[in-house]
Amino acid sequence: MALSRKHPAVLATVIGVALGTMGVAYAAVDSGTKPKSVVASQTQVEEGKALYIEGCSSCHGLAGQGSEVGPTLIGVGAASVDFQVSTGRMPLAAPGIQAEPKPSSYNESETAALAAYIATLGPGPAIPTAEMLDISGADLALGGELFRTNCAQCHSVSGRGGALSEGGVAPSLLGSSPKVIYEAMVAGPANMPVFSDSVLPVEDKQAILAYIEELQANKNPGGNGLGRLGPVTEGLFVWIAGLGVLLGVAVWIGAKAK
Amino acid sequence: MSTKPNAAVDAKEKSVGGSVAGYVDDRLASANFTKRLLNKVFPDHWSFMLGEVALYSFIVLLLSGVYLTLWFKPSMVEVIYNGSYVPLKGVKMSEAFASTLDISFDVRGGLLMRQIHHWAALFFIAAMSVHVGRIFFTGAFRKPREINWVIGTLLLVLGVLEGFAGYSLPDDLLSGTGLRIAQGIVQALPFVGTYLAMFLFGGEFPGTDFIPRLYSIHILLIPGILLGLITVHLIMVFYQKHTQFPGEGRTESNVVGYRLFPIYVAKAGGFFFIVFGVITLIAALVTINGIWLYGPYTPSQVTAGSQPDWYIGFLDGAVRIMPNWETNLLGYTISWNLIVPALVIPGIMFTALGLYPWIESWVTGDKKEHHLLDRPRNAPVRTGLGVMAISFYLMLWISGGNDIIATAFNLSINQITWFLRIALFVVPLIAFKVTKRICLGLQRRDHEKLLHGYETGQILRLPHGEFIEIHKPISDKEKAVILSKKDYSPLALEALSDANGVRNPNGGKAKIRARMSNWYYGENIARPSAAELEAAAHHAEHELHEAQKHMQQITH
Amino acid sequence: MSHEHNSVEPYGAKDGVDVVSGVPVFPMGEHQLRKADLDPKAAKRAEIQVASMFGLSALSILGSIISYIKVPNESLVSVPVIGTVNANHVSVGTLFGLGIFLIGAGAIHWAKKLMPDEEVVQERHPLTSEKSERDEVAEIFKRGKAESGISEYKIIRRTLLGALSLFPLPLLVFLRDLGPMPGTRLRETIWDEGIHIVTDATYRKIKAADIQIGGLINAVPENLLEVEHEDENLNERGKASIILVRLDPADIVSQQGEGWDYEGIVAFSKICTHVGCPISLYQQRTHHLLCPCHQSTFDLSDSGNVVFGPAARRMPQLPITVDSEGYLVAKSGFQEPVGPSFWERG
Repeated sequence: MALSRKHPAVLATVIGVALGTMGVAYAAVDSGTKPKSVVASQTQVEEGKALYIEGCSSCHGLAGQGSEVGPTLIGVGAASVDFQVSTGRMPLAAPGIQAEPKPSSYNESETAALAAYIATLGPGPAIPTAEMLDISGADLALGGELFRTNCAQCHSVSGRGGALSEGGVAPSLLGSSPKVIYEAMVAGPANMPVFSDSVLPVEDKQAILAYIEELQANKNPGGNGLGRLGPVTEGLFVWIAGLGVLLGVAVWIGAKAK
Repeated sequence: MSTKPNAAVDAKEKSVGGSVAGYVDDRLASANFTKRLLNKVFPDHWSFMLGEVALYSFIVLLLSGVYLTLWFKPSMVEVIYNGSYVPLKGVKMSEAFASTLDISFDVRGGLLMRQIHHWAALFFIAAMSVHVGRIFFTGAFRKPREINWVIGTLLLVLGVLEGFAGYSLPDDLLSGTGLRIAQGIVQALPFVGTYLAMFLFGGEFPGTDFIPRLYSIHILLIPGILLGLITVHLIMVFYQKHTQFPGEGRTESNVVGYRLFPIYVAKAGGFFFIVFGVITLIAALVTINGIWLYGPYTPSQVTAGSQPDWYIGFLDGAVRIMPNWETNLLGYTISWNLIVPALVIPGIMFTALGLYPWIESWVTGDKKEHHLLDRPRNAPVRTGLGVMAISFYLMLWISGGNDIIATAFNLSINQITWFLRIALFVVPLIAFKVTKRICLGLQRRDHEKLLHGYETGQILRLPHGEFIEIHKPISDKEKAVILSKKDYSPLALEALSDANGVRNPNGGKAKIRARMSNWYYGENIARPSAAELEAAAHHAEHELHEAQKHMQQITH
Repeated sequence: MSHEHNSVEPYGAKDGVDVVSGVPVFPMGEHQLRKADLDPKAAKRAEIQVASMFGLSALSILGSIISYIKVPNESLVSVPVIGTVNANHVSVGTLFGLGIFLIGAGAIHWAKKLMPDEEVVQERHPLTSEKSERDEVAEIFKRGKAESGISEYKIIRRTLLGALSLFPLPLLVFLRDLGPMPGTRLRETIWDEGIHIVTDATYRKIKAADIQIGGLINAVPENLLEVEHEDENLNERGKASIILVRLDPADIVSQQGEGWDYEGIVAFSKICTHVGCPISLYQQRTHHLLCPCHQSTFDLSDSGNVVFGPAARRMPQLPITVDSEGYLVAKSGFQEPVGPSFWERG
């Protein structure tokens, strides 16, 4: 099997990946909170249309009506476009179970133009404004409750993601900016259900964002969190590191002194 | 010798130590017992310390557990949390969870004790598991130690139950989910399940009774039984004397090693501090069960990656990969999908484990006492069976983490589950075959070493052009170990009928037994006879002599 | 150092063969002296090493006590590799752990380097008693049995057996009040006709029009809080929790009852039919609901039927509609028991 409890590399990888993710998380939080203009100008829409025809229409159709290989974009809204494009999920690198995030192929203004154009195709959720993402007055405890009720079942209580059926994954939230998370909630990308503002109001979303920020800070008062993966890594740690050390000592005790 | 006799010190010892010992002996006649105790010889081997790790973890568990009881409130009464962990301030939760948060954030050293307790629990069961492995693979369970083997099996089962009870007490989202699953399994039992679940939980799940009930079981009932059984376990080791590995001077009727006092008082006593120290250091530096992340339990929430502690993982794994069989019989529901993985499989596993000494001795017909340990390679079928059992357990254990594996390695849960459903049966069989082959291969190598010595790596060219490698006979130390292999022979079939041709009424049973015994021993490589050894020694001497002769010629 | 047995041939060996096992016996190998046995300087070094371990241990333990008093419990600090941690916890624990560890390390080092390391041979004694002793025990037992007369006094024997077998019974009977009889508890929830569906955790009524296709809401009955307050437990939550999802009506393959949806909004129990984990891992594209505990998967567009995993039964559906203001309400209670199986479920 791929996972051997005897293999120290497994643990090292888990810790390594967790620490790496943290670093990315800090960087992303820093860059993601810049306010954005919401009202799109005509030239922006034009630019977006040109970009769309060039980069997206082969799958989603010349008028965004969709095709056999890409869903319709009419009514998906600017939030969905910004989520998919800014996280690099679109354009799709390769067809698969779900789009993988990667560095974005479009810069910020190009992404905004694309979003503005798609928003003109039909009404859909808009990109959240800076006020909507302002979590200064958010209720952290409520955020925790809402997170555990609505998000933890897929993304886990620590926000590090989890498995879905048929090879799908709920991605880790630890590297995502509040804006991207907000957009995902209102747009419901891939298999994620939609949590629209009419059902989960803005204040509730702000509370959730505040709680995710707390998770991203990765405070572990009791010591290294082992990737916050729960009993699986704890068990591996005991078998590999814990018993490893004690067996080492036992061998030392049993060995004849020189 | 490094001990420096010092008259002054001796005199002082006599006056203090002697008078205390005298006082006690006047009342208990303890001198004879004390003398035997202090002089008791134990053999030295690293693998003999595995049980000690379990014992010391248990002591750490008792100490840290007592400390936790001073603050923990085993109550499911709902309270509003107002402690110092901000993200949960104002949240409704049970008193059990709130007091666990207090221990973690508002009692200095409380988090340390909690983590020591939890890590020690993981160590306790892990150490017991490898200890069982050591006993099994070296055949230390054989007569006269079968009773202690059964006690050990009970300790393992009780340890797992005790661990699960402890895992469930804080009433966080993870442990509550675990309890929900346990309750669902109890409820699904045929005939009594519904009633049993109602009685255990004081009604429906979760109710408000279970945690206080579990608490008294966790801190009184099971630890009491564990303590009693551990005491008997140790007394029996002491009384029957420890087994030892074969080697120079070691026989079935002696023990070669060091005396309890002072060597093992220092070594084993020191090892207690090592185990305690390592657990404490891990508890100081690595988080275990950060309950504040999970939040309080409520039956309408769940987290992705809901896993039990590692020792329940095999059970959870069995439940995960079981096909969804359920029968409706005359209006009653039989949940095979729970009864089989949660009851039948562990039932068979632990029963087979507990009965193994008798199974083996029935198959082999071996009723002798054994104090010299087997080298695992010299019992290929036993070793194979052990590895087979471990790989079966491992497959179940991996199944318990199928979702974590899916995310860590980008695989599909459905595919992993199907793979494991098949691997559960295939991998153990392969493991058995491969292990047995390896053991027999090692036996053959031992045989070669005895007869032809070991390869020195020195190549010699003989006058007629042939190259030979010089072999040297192995040391007495190694010989003593290799020759410790006993010559077993399969049970013969001759008992089937007596001299007059009258069939033995137990003929059928005898036949099965003979066949199994043949399977058990059949392929073992026989120990070389004395004559073979002598011939080999002679040959080696000759070869060496030849070689030296040529060397001299070359140097001339 | 002296052997308990100085004979070259160990006990139990005859003609170089172990009498018990038939295995050849080799005499004890020559004892190897250690550096510390030969060189007083090496012995002195070992002595200093052991003493410094004990000394360091004492310092560590003292340091741990000082940390306990001086380092504030609320302060989080960032430590390389370990992360952002509670300074009090880590300093107290590390120093304490180190202190304990060093006692052990010192003691073992002492034993290995300075205490005698020549192995001692001790005899085993047969674990079987002498035949005469065993016979004596049997004799005593026989005599006691005869003296008690248990074989003759048939009535005494039988009444004693009867009494003894009855005596544990009350201990079992007294457990009766541990819990109530099951009754119909496992078949009922507090859902009923006209009860509003509200969001979990925030308890807001839900307008059907507010839910988008692909939307998911974790919901409970409006009267849940009231019932919980009255019952002082979470039992009803463990049965009545539901999830609401909105499907494109065209995607609905089947439902458990005619018109149980409201314009594509369907309500299903949240409690897994396997062992009762609450599930809301709803995948809006495939309409699959996945349980994070044991990976049972249900298709919500097809009556909540099982498509994968160990669960044997479909997720029960709750028939819903809207009230006059457009808020979602239950059309009735669940039509089948929710949650895990039980013997009498049928």
